[in-house]
Amino acid sequence: MTAHHPSEQLLHRYSRGDDDIPADQLWGVESHLESCAPCRGRLAPDPTAQAVWTNLEPLLDRTPQMSRARARWRVHGWVSPAAGPWLAMILLVTAAAVALDRVGFVVGERVSLVVLIAPALPVLGVAASWGRSLDPAHEVTAATPRAGLPLVLRRTVAVLAVVVPGLAAAGVLTGVGFVRWLLPCLAFTVGTLALGTLIGVTRAAVVLIAAWALVIVAPTIAFSRMAVALDPAAAPVWAGLLVAGLAVLAARRMAFARLEVNR
Amino acid sequence: MQAIEADSLVVRLGKRNAVNGLSLRLGHGVHGLLGPNGAGKTTLIRTLATVQSPTAGTLSLLGTPANGRLKAVRRKLGYLPQHFGYYKRFKVREFVEYLAWLKEMPSARIPGAVHTALERVGLTDRAEDRMKSLSGGMVRRVGIAQAIVNDPEVLLLDEPTVGLDPAQRLRFRELVAELGRDSCVLISTHLVEDVAAACTDVVLVNEGSLMFQGTPADLATAGTAQHVGDSPIERGYSALISANSAGGAW
Ligand SMILES: Nc1ncnc2c1ncn2[C@@H]1O[C@H](COP(=O)(O)OP(=O)(O)OP(=O)(O)O)[C@@H](O)[C@H]1O
Ligand SMILES: [Mg+2]
Ligand SMILES: [Zn+2]
Repeated sequence: MTAHHPSEQLLHRYSRGDDDIPADQLWGVESHLESCAPCRGRLAPDPTAQAVWTNLEPLLDRTPQMSRARARWRVHGWVSPAAGPWLAMILLVTAAAVALDRVGFVVGERVSLVVLIAPALPVLGVAASWGRSLDPAHEVTAATPRAGLPLVLRRTVAVLAVVVPGLAAAGVLTGVGFVRWLLPCLAFTVGTLALGTLIGVTRAAVVLIAAWALVIVAPTIAFSRMAVALDPAAAPVWAGLLVAGLAVLAARRMAFARLEVNR
Repeated sequence: MQAIEADSLVVRLGKRNAVNGLSLRLGHGVHGLLGPNGAGKTTLIRTLATVQSPTAGTLSLLGTPANGRLKAVRRKLGYLPQHFGYYKRFKVREFVEYLAWLKEMPSARIPGAVHTALERVGLTDRAEDRMKSLSGGMVRRVGIAQAIVNDPEVLLLDEPTVGLDPAQRLRFRELVAELGRDSCVLISTHLVEDVAAACTDVVLVNEGSLMFQGTPADLATAGTAQHVGDSPIERGYSALISANSAGGAW
């Protein structure tokens, strides 16, 4: 994320695909373009180059391969390659919770399973994206320049992009209001990352899921009544936890560039 | 300026210092890192690769202090961990491309660089195969390919020759000799013969401390006929290690 925008000339040479641009400048332009929409807009196709490319494209058989590769990087810029199967599992679990709810299975006094699984799902996805136990390539990844909070946040957004619509659909189908699941879900997501900077993401995920199961799920089942934390009135507390988590994350952001955070 | 400058590095893991006040300077060339199991080789390499933060001491890579912002220096780094994990469903080419992307290589250069890296480790014909279909030695070579794909100025390889067949080991030696001409290559290994054949320089660590740094020939002169080993350099290694650790037949 370079602060200043690349010169017109440099952008022009970049868009033309000049291969004599020094590597550090090329890096600068590429990473700048990733984060700067105005400059992507400036990257108007050069008419001559465009004409040449239109004629050449069908002839170059490596072109489709290159664009497929680019598409793949674009996906994995957001979704960790390790997270795919877990995201599918998260959707299955959500669907199972809805199905159980529909056949009348509620825990305790009208506590839907959807509410009980909501905080655990993103924790699993985050652990799969940045944890030692679920991401086999975590160590090579940790040594690269992209390792760090921005990439972790993108992967977390990708996890939420699967979890939240899934739970939203589940909420509509089961009549569970979003206040009851959205804030705990977000607080646990940020909590995993924040605690992860202190004890490692894998351990943080285990600790938080265990705490949720012991403190909320088990009493709900054992005493057949809704835990206070699941009451919509608890929303301010969840919001407070969310903000506290974000503060820890901001203060400890450098931890994400190191291997310790994968533990 | 040397490529790697470490001063009094300490890395505490659990109750012990896996690296214990180690100072090291390494420039261009191929450096062999030797030491018994648990000596701290992996911990040292992880620290040099900037994935492990030192408990004390200072580290600078390519003239830049390795704390705070690491992005710029990591672009010039290549790292093969001792336990190299990968995504089974990826094709070989895709996996190395993904690592090149993580290393922030300009995307226009990635396909060419990946092709060259796979060529250098002799895996061009397996580029379109899935990672899960490779043999152990081939996986190791993919690990080497991802480490060199960005033409690193500092290349850290933790036991790269494990699982390589004899022909591949010879090829590997040629490759690192070539890479060591204008970058700093550090290779940890248990194969003293690898060091004798491929390295310009030997770094010997034991119990987290630097025992010896010099040429393979210097190491050989430390040994005598009484020391265990099949070659002068192995006997030199035994001499320095047994002088340091009291007792223990192993
Ligand atoms: N996560 C950890 N927690 C506690 N101690 C550790 C940890 N990892 C390594 N150690 C200890 O640190 C010391 C150095 O380990 P390291 O893996 O760096 O040795 P090594 O020289 O690479 O050994 P090998 O030749 O077996 O690979 C050992 O005593 C080991 O037990
Ligand atoms: Mg080791
Ligand atoms: Zn801009």
